[in-house]
Amino acid sequence: MGTRVPLLDLSHEAGLRTLSQTMTGERTLRRIREWAIEKILLLAALVSIAITAGIVGLLLYESLVFFQAVSIVDFFTDTQWTPLFADAHYGILPLVAGTLVTTAIALLVALPLGTVTAVYLSEYASPRVGEVMKPFLELLSAVPTVVYGYFALLFVTPMLQKIFPGLPGFNMLSAGLVIGIMIVPYISSMSEDAMRAVPMHVREGSYAMGATCFQTAFRAIIPSALSGIAAAYVLGISRAIGETMVVAIAAGMQPTLTWNPTQPAETMTAYIVQVSMGDLPHGSIGYQTIFVTGLMLFLMTLVFNIAGHILKKRLRRTA
Amino acid sequence: MSNLRGNKVRNAVFAIVGLIAMLVSSLTLLALIAALAMDGSSRFSSHFFFSFPSRFPEEAGILSAWVGTSLVMLVTACTAIPLGIAAAVYLEEYGSKNWLTDLIEINIANLAGVPSIVYGLMALGLFVYQFHWGSSILTAGLTLALLILPMVIITTREAIRTVPPSIREAAFALGASKWQTVHDHVLPYSLGGILTGLIIALSRAIGESAPLMTIGALSFVAFLPHPPLQQEFPFLSFQWLMDPFAALPIQTFNWISRPQEEFHLNAAAAGLVLLVMTLAMNALAITVRARFRKRLQW
Repeated sequence: MGTRVPLLDLSHEAGLRTLSQTMTGERTLRRIREWAIEKILLLAALVSIAITAGIVGLLLYESLVFFQAVSIVDFFTDTQWTPLFADAHYGILPLVAGTLVTTAIALLVALPLGTVTAVYLSEYASPRVGEVMKPFLELLSAVPTVVYGYFALLFVTPMLQKIFPGLPGFNMLSAGLVIGIMIVPYISSMSEDAMRAVPMHVREGSYAMGATCFQTAFRAIIPSALSGIAAAYVLGISRAIGETMVVAIAAGMQPTLTWNPTQPAETMTAYIVQVSMGDLPHGSIGYQTIFVTGLMLFLMTLVFNIAGHILKKRLRRTA
Repeated sequence: MSNLRGNKVRNAVFAIVGLIAMLVSSLTLLALIAALAMDGSSRFSSHFFFSFPSRFPEEAGILSAWVGTSLVMLVTACTAIPLGIAAAVYLEEYGSKNWLTDLIEINIANLAGVPSIVYGLMALGLFVYQFHWGSSILTAGLTLALLILPMVIITTREAIRTVPPSIREAAFALGASKWQTVHDHVLPYSLGGILTGLIIALSRAIGESAPLMTIGALSFVAFLPHPPLQQEFPFLSFQWLMDPFAALPIQTFNWISRPQEEFHLNAAAAGLVLLVMTLAMNALAITVRARFRKRLQW
C-alpha cells in the first residue's frame, strides 16, 4: 500500500531554509576564494614589474653617485678606462669599442648563416628534414656559455693561429666568431617562423608565374616576412651585446681602445666579470663603475629589445 | 632562354648554400662536443665527482660544484615555477586588456632580452647588500629564478594559448568557476607545453655563470653546505640557504682561467658534465613535447 510521499514535506521547511542559507554561504565563500586567487595571480604578474623597477632603480642610483665624482663629458670622451689604477681614467669608449667589435664579428657570422638556414628550412627542405634539423640547431643556444668560452679559447684560437700566425692568445676575433655561431638559432628559428607565417597563396601565386624556389623565397616570401626577420636580427644583436662569458674568457681583459679584431680587448660585460672576481668594497667608486657599465649595457640592449618588440607586433598584425 | 637557365642555376646553387650553412653550424656543435670529450674524458673517474677542488689538477674534483649547482637549482625551481605559471595564468585567463596588462606584457618581452649579467648586478645591489643575504645559495637561486622568469612566463602563455576556447566554454556551461576551469581543465591540457618550457628554462639556468660571478660566487670551495635533513627534530634544516656555494660553471671558468694546461683538462671535464646535463634536459624537453602532442588530439 503505497503511501504517497508529498513532493514538498512542509515539516522540513526549516531544514530547507538552513540548506539554502548554507548554499548562499558557500557561494559567498566561493566568490571570496575566486577573488583571492585572482589577486594572488595578479601579484605574481606584478613581480616582473618589480624586477624591472629593481634593475632600473639600482643602476640609476649607483650611476648618479658615480657621476657626482666623474664628469659625464670625461666618461664619454676619455679614451682610457683605468678606474682601479692610481691614475684613474673613466672613459667608457674602450669598453664600448670592444663590445661593438665583438658584436659586429658575431653578426657577420650569424646574420648570413641564420638567414640562409631559415630560408632553406622554410622554403627548400622537406618537412622531415626541418623536424630533425630545427631542434638540433636549437641545441646551439642550449650549450652553456662557459663551454663556448672554453671552445673559443682552446679550440678556435689555436686554429686561427694556424691561419694567422702571430695572432695573440686572447683576441676579439675568435670570441666574436663563437658568439656568432651561438646566436644562429635565435636568428634562424625566429626568421623561419616569420617566413612560415606568410600565407600559402603568396607562394602558390609566385610558382604559378613560373618562378623558381629561389625567386619565390627572395622576391615574395622575404619581403612579406621582413618585419619578422628584422625582429630576429634586432634581438640577435641584443644577445650578442649582452654575451659575457665567451668574451671574458677568450677576448682578454685589457681595456685598450682598438677597432682591430685580432687584438685583445675588454667588453662592457667582461669588465663587470673582471671586477666581480676581485673583492671591491661596497660603496667605493670601483664598485659604482660596474653599475655605470651595467647601465650602459642595459640602455644599449633596451633600444634593440623595444625595436624587436615593435617589429614582432607589426608582424602579427600583417600576417 | 639564358635568363631561365640562370634562374635554375641560382636556384640549385642556393640549395647547396643552404646545406652548407646548416653543415657549418652543426659541424661546429659536433666539434665543440668532440673537443670537450677528448680533453675531458681522461679526467673522468669517481674521484673527480667526489672530491673537492685542489691545488693539484689530478686530485681536484667537482663535489662542491655539483652539490652547489643542485641546491641553487632547487631554490630557482621552487621560485620560478610557481611565480611564472601564476603570472602566465593571470595574463592569459584573468587580466582584461588594459594599460596594466599591456605594461606587464611589454615589460616581460623586454626583461627576456636583458643581459644575464645585469640581473647579477641587481642581485648584488639588492640581495647581497640591501637584504644582507651575502653570496649565499638563496641569493644565487633567486637571481637565476628572476633571470628565467620571463622565459617561463612566455612559454607557459604559449602553452595555455593552444587550449581551444571550447574547453573553457564547456566548463563554464557546467557551472565551473574561473579557477576551477583553469585548474581542472586549462592547466592539465597545456601541461606538455608548460613542462617543455620549464625544462628548457631550467637548463638555461644551470649553465649560467655571469650573474653568479657578479654576486660573488666563490671559485674555491672545499666544504659542503649544511645538510637539508638532520637527525633531531624538526628534521628539516634551512641553514644551507645561507651558506656560500660553488657552482659547476664557476668551477669550469676558474679552471679555464688558470695558466697551467693541466687545469684546462679539468675545465674540459667539468664543462662536459655541464654540457651533458643541459643537452639531456633539452632532449627530455623534446620527448615530453612529442609525447604530449601525440596524446592530445582536439
